[in-house]
Amino acid sequence: MDFMGITPSVLIASLMVASVPIMLAAIGELVVEKAGVLNLGVEGMMIMGAICGFVTAVGTGSPLLGFLGGAAGGAALSVIFALLTQVFLTNQVATGLALTLFGLGLSSLIGQDYVGIKPPATGAIPFGPLRDIPFFGKVFFSHDWMVYASVAIIALVWAGLKFTRAGLILRAVGEGHDAAHALGYKVIRIRVLAILFGGAMAGLGGAYISLVRVPQWTDGITSGAGWIALAIVVFASWKPWRVLIGSYLFGGITVLQLNLQAAGARIPVEYLSMSPYLMTIIVLVIMSSGKGRASLNAPASLGQNFHASR
Amino acid sequence: MLRLEKRPTPSRFWSWGTPVLAVALTMIAGGMLFALLGKDPFLAIKTIFWDPLFGEFAWYLRGQLLVKAGPLALIAVGLSLGFRAGIWNIGAEGQYIMGAVFGAAVGLAVYPTESRLIFPVMILAGAFGGWVWAMIPAILKTRFNTNEILVSLMLVYVAETILSKAATGFLRNPEGHGFPGSRSFSNYPAAHNPEIFAGTGMHWGVVAAFIAVIFCYVLLQRHIVGFQIKLAGQAPRAARFAGVDPNRLVVLCLGLSGALAGLAGVFEVSGPAGQISIDFSSGYGFTAIIVAFLGRLNPLGILLASLVMALTYVGGEGASTDLGLPKAAIQAFQGMLLFFLLGADLLSNYRIRFTLIGKETR
Repeated sequence: MDFMGITPSVLIASLMVASVPIMLAAIGELVVEKAGVLNLGVEGMMIMGAICGFVTAVGTGSPLLGFLGGAAGGAALSVIFALLTQVFLTNQVATGLALTLFGLGLSSLIGQDYVGIKPPATGAIPFGPLRDIPFFGKVFFSHDWMVYASVAIIALVWAGLKFTRAGLILRAVGEGHDAAHALGYKVIRIRVLAILFGGAMAGLGGAYISLVRVPQWTDGITSGAGWIALAIVVFASWKPWRVLIGSYLFGGITVLQLNLQAAGARIPVEYLSMSPYLMTIIVLVIMSSGKGRASLNAPASLGQNFHASR
Repeated sequence: MLRLEKRPTPSRFWSWGTPVLAVALTMIAGGMLFALLGKDPFLAIKTIFWDPLFGEFAWYLRGQLLVKAGPLALIAVGLSLGFRAGIWNIGAEGQYIMGAVFGAAVGLAVYPTESRLIFPVMILAGAFGGWVWAMIPAILKTRFNTNEILVSLMLVYVAETILSKAATGFLRNPEGHGFPGSRSFSNYPAAHNPEIFAGTGMHWGVVAAFIAVIFCYVLLQRHIVGFQIKLAGQAPRAARFAGVDPNRLVVLCLGLSGALAGLAGVFEVSGPAGQISIDFSSGYGFTAIIVAFLGRLNPLGILLASLVMALTYVGGEGASTDLGLPKAAIQAFQGMLLFFLLGADLLSNYRIRFTLIGKETR
């Protein structure tokens, strides 16, 4: 069954790949926001992850090390954010923006010798005969391991936040930092750890863009994916599994518009390529209207700095 | 042991001292970055900060300073009003692009008519374009409580697509042999924004920036709206009790900053840039955020800050041609400046006390 030359199974398979970067970045940011910190530097951390992962993978020839390098790059940039907002008590919105501007500049500085190089390929997992199942084989068993890892990370974050003691403490810090401090939890330390996790996840997502999705290095390669990830956290109303749904939705739109472009649909290319951004706006409007249901679920201390006066 | 103690009011000395400290720290850290890149750090810093003012080609580069500082100051002054009220317009780049597209479209629509009215109408169209683009997040914020940061930013990407459509489609030069880009405004006197005094870089956009700075200064210091803006930023609850309508402030701050960014766009496209082209967007809208903070969200401070930031642009271009320093290094340099600026603010809001471990001072 084809519609205008677009096969549904191929479309679904490729939307799963397209949504991996934003899914990883969004689940990282979800943890950060659950701890009460608003880090708007996701775009900067993603692109640092993209270039660090690319450089590592090209240097070592191993995609696995590349992904680790990407996570390290994103986490390294988030250290600056953690230091400024948690120790120097700076405004989180402004610091996040600075992080993005700095990340964009630094990444293109590092990447200037890497334009036009191909990274080592990340192959699909050999599932053998499972791959030959009609439709489902293509949709579920034709991917590289990062696609499965990203879903596993969502499950881990969900379970971690919901069932473990550490998850409870993290949520307590995000809902009321003064009460958490009074109970003896180290608010600053917990938030720094959450920021580092968010940075590593954003970096991992960025590395997936430069190593698998594109796969090469160009300046500004993330093109707003980090900001879409931030919107997805709002869309998901801070619930891990909804991050998965939101990412697939956005991945679906991205893939669909690319397919429509390739299929030569009569809609002009420009309108198609702005559709993911317009969709983000529409989704944000829907989620934030309706008596502010999404904002009710936002962590109570989100965006507020903590200074222990006693 | 170090301990932080919150000041009852921000320190006056440090509120003006931090920008200077931040620039100094950025020079040191930037020097280390350049050294890592294998360039002579002292030569690089001298090329960026000294040569545009007093170097061999300073007679030309000083004019370029005003060309870069004009749009930066114009956008940053508008942004600073919103930042003071806690309204974050991050999409000034999009409003700047839309201002340019609207203004250029009006000018090119009547090509080649000669009339003294064309340029003023273009300017109005540019301001309108920026205003319209900023009204989208403003109305979504007031009607649906949508986050203005994300919406205004998403609209930057939409504006960039419209720009490329304009350059390759509806505003393309019909005599341009199919190349992207509009007609050049420098060959169209009625719509051209020339230098007012040759060689100074002073064009109408710079004049507009001065007017905007004075206007915003008076607004903040002498007008009730300015007071409400400051009140809403520092004590939102108190502002609501005092009868400040937050929705009105959102519409006002976003609209004003959008219109100013649109103005910057139309002055740029009809003057220094000269035409609508695919690479017209130059990141002024984002750099203006740094300028607004470097100027401490104060209109007069922003004027100075825009000159400092223009210096890094002009000097950065010099460094990239003379020393082979990549252009991106300047962007990283500017981001670093914002880090130091924000970090150094600790000094104006907190007192640092040294206490011996185990000995409580009270």
